[in-house]
Amino acid sequence: MFIRKLSKAMLAAGALMLAGCEGGVLDPKGQVGMDEKHLIVVATLLMLIVVIPVIFMTLYFAWKYRDGRDHEIYAPKWAHSKTIEIVVWLIPIVIVIILGVITWDSTHKLDPYKPLEHDAKPITVQVVSLDWKWLFIYPEYGIASVNELAFPTNVPVNFKITSDTAMNSFFIPQLGSQIYSMAGMATKLHLIANEPGTFKGISANYSGAGFAGMKFNAIATPTADDFDAWVTKVKQQASTLDVEQYKQLAKKSENNPVQYFGSVQRGMFNYIVMQYMHPDSNMKSMGSMEGMEGMHDMGNMEGMDHAQHMQHMQHMKDMDAGQHSQHSTPSHSTTEPSSTVSGEAE
Amino acid sequence: MSFFGKLTLESIPYHEPIIMVTLAVVGVIGLIIAALITKHQKWGVLWHDWLTSVDHKRLGIMYILLALVMLIRGFSDAIMMRTQQALATNGAAGYLPPEHYDQIFTAHGVIMIIFMAMPFMIGLMNLILPLQIGARDVAFPFLNNLSFWLTTSGAVLINISLGLGEFAKTGWVAYPPLSELAYSPGVGVDYYIWALQISGIGTTLTGVNFIATVLKMRAPGMKLMQMPIFTWTCTWANILIVASFPILTAVLGLLTLDRYLDFHFFTNDGGGNAMMYINLFWAWGHPEVYILILPAFGIFSEVISTFTSKRLFGYSSMVWASGAISILGFIVWLHHFFTMGSSANVNAFFGVMTMVIAVPTGVKLFNWLFTIYRGRLRITVPVLWTLGFMVTFTIGGMTGVLLAVPGADYVLHNSLFLIAHFHNTILGGAVFGYMAGFAFWFPKAMGFHLNERLGKASFWCWQVGFYVAFMPLYVLGFLGMTRRINHTDNPAWNFWIYFAAVGAFIILAGIILQFVQLYVSFRDREQNLDTTGDPWNGHTLEWSTSSPPQFYNFAKLPHVSDIDAFTDMKEKGQAYQREQTYQPIHMPKNTASGILIAACITAVGFAAIWHIWWLAIVGFAGAFVLFLVRAYDNDVDYYVQPDDVTRIENAHLDNVTANLTNVVRG
Repeated sequence: MFIRKLSKAMLAAGALMLAGCEGGVLDPKGQVGMDEKHLIVVATLLMLIVVIPVIFMTLYFAWKYRDGRDHEIYAPKWAHSKTIEIVVWLIPIVIVIILGVITWDSTHKLDPYKPLEHDAKPITVQVVSLDWKWLFIYPEYGIASVNELAFPTNVPVNFKITSDTAMNSFFIPQLGSQIYSMAGMATKLHLIANEPGTFKGISANYSGAGFAGMKFNAIATPTADDFDAWVTKVKQQASTLDVEQYKQLAKKSENNPVQYFGSVQRGMFNYIVMQYMHPDSNMKSMGSMEGMEGMHDMGNMEGMDHAQHMQHMQHMKDMDAGQHSQHSTPSHSTTEPSSTVSGEAE
Repeated sequence: MSFFGKLTLESIPYHEPIIMVTLAVVGVIGLIIAALITKHQKWGVLWHDWLTSVDHKRLGIMYILLALVMLIRGFSDAIMMRTQQALATNGAAGYLPPEHYDQIFTAHGVIMIIFMAMPFMIGLMNLILPLQIGARDVAFPFLNNLSFWLTTSGAVLINISLGLGEFAKTGWVAYPPLSELAYSPGVGVDYYIWALQISGIGTTLTGVNFIATVLKMRAPGMKLMQMPIFTWTCTWANILIVASFPILTAVLGLLTLDRYLDFHFFTNDGGGNAMMYINLFWAWGHPEVYILILPAFGIFSEVISTFTSKRLFGYSSMVWASGAISILGFIVWLHHFFTMGSSANVNAFFGVMTMVIAVPTGVKLFNWLFTIYRGRLRITVPVLWTLGFMVTFTIGGMTGVLLAVPGADYVLHNSLFLIAHFHNTILGGAVFGYMAGFAFWFPKAMGFHLNERLGKASFWCWQVGFYVAFMPLYVLGFLGMTRRINHTDNPAWNFWIYFAAVGAFIILAGIILQFVQLYVSFRDREQNLDTTGDPWNGHTLEWSTSSPPQFYNFAKLPHVSDIDAFTDMKEKGQAYQREQTYQPIHMPKNTASGILIAACITAVGFAAIWHIWWLAIVGFAGAFVLFLVRAYDNDVDYYVQPDDVTRIENAHLDNVTANLTNVVRG
């Protein structure tokens, strides 16, 4: 009777939980998120094999061997048993070995830096966290948007992520993994939406006063045509995201409305990343540091090795000196983007 | 630069009614306490017997008092956060604007970990560890006093920040570049730096002191593998302290250079690298959580074996499991930032290493279970805390292992799931342990019992409140709610946010009941005296002393030949023996050097925060001169004469003989 009542209650609670989980990481709409949900479920079930018996034994032993139950065996000097010791070491070891294998395997499969295997040609979005809003640049389309991200369903999206302020974390819970955005470097993330919809996007790393309002909508359009329509809509905006505009945009502001830029100065993302780089700073020591692999392929510099990278930087510096010295600020090495407005890449 | 540096009258937050009322209440309470001390003419007692004391037991009590005071402060922050989030749903602003709210969650984290949990742990260790190994004090009693006052100095600075200026708005980890001048130009981060720096040095000195104590001052006959399990877990914690706290000192030093002298270790520009700070911070921060939890594990072991009237199951397994946890605790720090973009190999390695920690931890749980097995478990307050821990911590461990899977962490990182997890382990693990230890050793420290009924009521409020407050956070994490947000606008979250706020109030009831328990127990102390010194039929040497123990702990150093040294003595009929003659006992003299040096260091910290450079120089010179005076002082010790010892011991033993019949014998 009690068991039936309990299972009923658990079922009700479970239903409530599931209903409540709509829109979260347990309600994924993309392959990465689905794999991660699966991983969470498998790992949890595996651990419950130990956790449930331990909780049960705790309560049962405490009840069974409580003071006053003199008919139970009392063995005050019993403090060692080889069999028990072996078993209690072995059980967690076995579970951890299984979990370890799963972990090793899944970590490589779900590596956020690994491009997704998919037939569709991926699109690239460059993400910049600012105080306190998100800037999305579409280098292939020469457009940009603030606090709104759109991409077609069933097309992999390659994100290049940086920050022009404190560290943030770029996260769309229903699509899966998040990655930090850090100034002076570009990190990578690969996601896909397998169902159309509008998903909430957030910063998952506290970055100051306006942090709570650092939200955006990630729109997975049902078809490629819908996405093209969105691109056209953005392009109709007369505003151009050039250095001047960008500096305005980068100023502190909270709860920004959605904003579109019909064109973007070419190399904008590189400019944002590189403004923190002293041209003479020792790139070698920084590039070799763990967690900074992203440095090697900022923006369109993908695939460059270190030497090429240095050359590229020198090149950008020359360009800067030759063409855009009027933008240079003394405190930063400014590798200004080329002034060509890129709209033809589409 | 003006005479008072950056400090002006505008630094006082007049416009914040919450802060002003708090300060007024604190001021009134302070005046009442001062008036009471004056009325009962206790200023002399306070100064000579407590503030300047080098007695490890008194320092232990003062550490725990500090922890309880800071618990109130840290919990006030907690309940403000919970109510703010409950009021700021559906896009409402709530009553705390970001500049205040962001200080509160930062202060909550710093206070609870550095100024509540650490002093509580170190307090219990001070109180009990020397007694457990049959020593008369720690290796360096004056240093111990100085450590306490340096910890207090940090706590004083963080409390000053409430009324002068602001505290950091960075989260308790103070990640750069947010904590750099460019993004945090105020004094908040400077308060953070100096409060942690000063108390951290105190903690490092404590670690050194207790390692020396354990290695050099054990009672004759006590081998390392015969040390009580609480002493062992504290020893592992102390090893972690001396290995990890210098990293904190260094990384705070680097941040100081960035903020004060325009260095670029962690800045965005100038070649700085914030990830360096984050790595170093967690290279300290992860061992730190094991520093908190290991002594709690020791307390549970002592409580379980005492109240089952049984030997601890698998003693050497326990010792080595603790050691394994300590060592592994040093090679898992990267799991705090799987999402920074390391390679899959790196993330997988740190993930798997983290899981490996579950093995020795699991072994410990099983060993506690088999200690209960075939025992006679007396369901007392410390036992309730222990059972509550075993259930709660198991859940926390499970969610911890889940977070150690990088693929799961990619979606759960920084979410409320993480918040629920670490409260599950730090609160349901470490703090429950300290509560168990508090109830367990209270009669030893104070000489009278705590009220059992109120203790149980308090436990149930904490236990139920914990689940009501933190289980919803797991759900909210799954729903995609991230930490440190000031207001929300997601109807799916509302129910769980309200739920959690209710939990915070149930915990509040638990805390209030604890203070009521303290008051009632103190009021009725005459009826609840612990006359024998062994109220629970204990296993280890602390129970062989009177309650509270004589200032010299042991009239004659015991000879140890078993892990459960006191049980062994009772069984052999060697307990409570009267000696014909006693040797003179060599004791350290109390000294005001510790509190005075720490006062000067507090001035240095305060001056550095506000850029009052003349005061920094004066404070530093003062500390240095006081140190020299102390170093050249030869009048630091004395001998307790045998006649005095005989008198004190006989009085105690008469008491024991009169009351021993009442004691349940194992």
